[in-house]
Amino acid sequence: MKFNQLKKKFSGRAVLRGVSAIIMFIIIWELGARSEEMLGYRVPFLGLVPPPSAVFTSWMGLVGDPSYWSSWYMSFLRVFGGFLAAMIIGIPLGLFMSVNRTFYGIAFPSFEVLRPIPPLAWVPASIIFWPTQELSIAFVTFLGAFYTIVINVLGGAQSINRQFLQAAQSMGASQWDIFRRIIFPATLPSIVVGSAVGMGITWEVVVAAEMISGGGSDGGGAGGGLGFFIWSSYVGGSYEQIIVGMISIGIAGYFSSELLRQLGGYLTPWLKTR
Amino acid sequence: MQQNNSTRSPATIPKTSGGQRQKLTRGAIRIEEVVKIYDPDGAAVMAVDHCSIDIPAGEICMIVGPSGCGKTTLLNAIAGFHDITSGQIYLDDELLCGAEKPQAEPGSDRIVVFQNGALFPWKTNLENIAFGPMMEKKLSKQAIYDKARSMMADAGLSGTEDSYPGEVSSGLRRRVEIVRALMNDPKVLLFDEPYRALDSLTKSVMHEALLEIYYKNKVTIFFITHDLEEAIFLGHRLIIMSSRPCKPKKIVDVDIPHPRDYNVLTSPRFREIMNEAKGVVNAEAKKAFEAGEKEG
Repeated sequence: MKFNQLKKKFSGRAVLRGVSAIIMFIIIWELGARSEEMLGYRVPFLGLVPPPSAVFTSWMGLVGDPSYWSSWYMSFLRVFGGFLAAMIIGIPLGLFMSVNRTFYGIAFPSFEVLRPIPPLAWVPASIIFWPTQELSIAFVTFLGAFYTIVINVLGGAQSINRQFLQAAQSMGASQWDIFRRIIFPATLPSIVVGSAVGMGITWEVVVAAEMISGGGSDGGGAGGGLGFFIWSSYVGGSYEQIIVGMISIGIAGYFSSELLRQLGGYLTPWLKTR
Repeated sequence: MQQNNSTRSPATIPKTSGGQRQKLTRGAIRIEEVVKIYDPDGAAVMAVDHCSIDIPAGEICMIVGPSGCGKTTLLNAIAGFHDITSGQIYLDDELLCGAEKPQAEPGSDRIVVFQNGALFPWKTNLENIAFGPMMEKKLSKQAIYDKARSMMADAGLSGTEDSYPGEVSSGLRRRVEIVRALMNDPKVLLFDEPYRALDSLTKSVMHEALLEIYYKNKVTIFFITHDLEEAIFLGHRLIIMSSRPCKPKKIVDVDIPHPRDYNVLTSPRFREIMNEAKGVVNAEAKKAFEAGEKEG
């Protein structure tokens, strides 16, 4: 069944359309970027962008460069560090808020006051109160995922069908059983969704945070993360590398989301059939 | 009335049980003068008004009334999901709820089959059915699963053990839910319009399946519905409720012999009972409609 789904996904007209659209896009980009040397006239916007062939060449040059890969590594480390911290703190917090009225009353208002503050607004403050650059970037990425995860967990737990709880109670489930076997699994789909959204925000945030804070000065320039990689390419005037950096982040974000999707699908097998 | 109490093994369908309920020693419900007043925002609403119903053990008792008349309030009081304002409810002469204890303790002797179904979607059908005994922890896991499998086989659910509820048809889901209820060995099954959302063909299949399950299991059935045909087909007795506040308006004995099948629907006696009940039900439905009662 899984194979069939895969086959369905990667065959037929839809794929043909998709692939040809991407090829067309690259051709137009290439032509536009080379318009000045070919036509003597620079197409607006595209004429200013390095052509994909140059980007590719530049990329191939970077593949052997350890500092490029260390940018990947640093960004991944920050994203997953912040993201894992957000899960470890956010999921229990959301669950606890949903089952304990008193705690909800205490914690939720402060949470709602802090939530609208964009994570990037925290950058200067977190540089001030965290001892290292690294920690301040990780903290900002943590915030990016944290609010989304908590809100999703809370929403998921609060919207549990009451009859699940009543049925479990009738069948002799203890409070702990109800939490472990009803509330937690019923909230899992929301946890997965919250995490996926949170992961996306984390990537957005880490790139900006790296640009702003200079990619962690204790890293000594090299290995400042993909955001810093883009920024230093810009400062150094290597426009090809800017695009390489952008595409790299796209790929990194895609793999992170895919990883979460797979994990989420594994954790919530009952949703597969829908 | 009680002429036909032939002894039989629980696994065989009685051939000569007449119109009578199973003779059981447990599962009698006595509802005495129950009043339930909701007071959500200062404006007291009386949902149940001095309602008394006596349900002998082993009866299929159909509570018939218009939507929103307070039938579910009564069911929730028996199940222990809600308190009552005054009155008492007994199960086998044991007080479930009353003056000192307005809310009954939910327990596995009274299992509700919900209107929209409450199978846990994250558990397979087998795990759902095993849930109650797993909570009670009286048997080993192996023994529970063995019992669950054999009960599923009895109910024609073989082959769906490892499916999730979301993977099987709505009719099968209802059946799984009833089997899950029966796994707890309840004295009473409380049905809250379980077939409301089903199409009429599936419904008729479900009715016969339910009767078959009833014949095989020693259990009292408290069944809420607003579908008169369903009520007469299944029930030993109809308690027709008035619209809000809810209280018995008319009791109709259904003296059509069990076991019943769908031929009953075209029998003259069925029509007679239908006619007898219809006037009362329609009058109450009209009253409810005019009072602007909402669904629920």
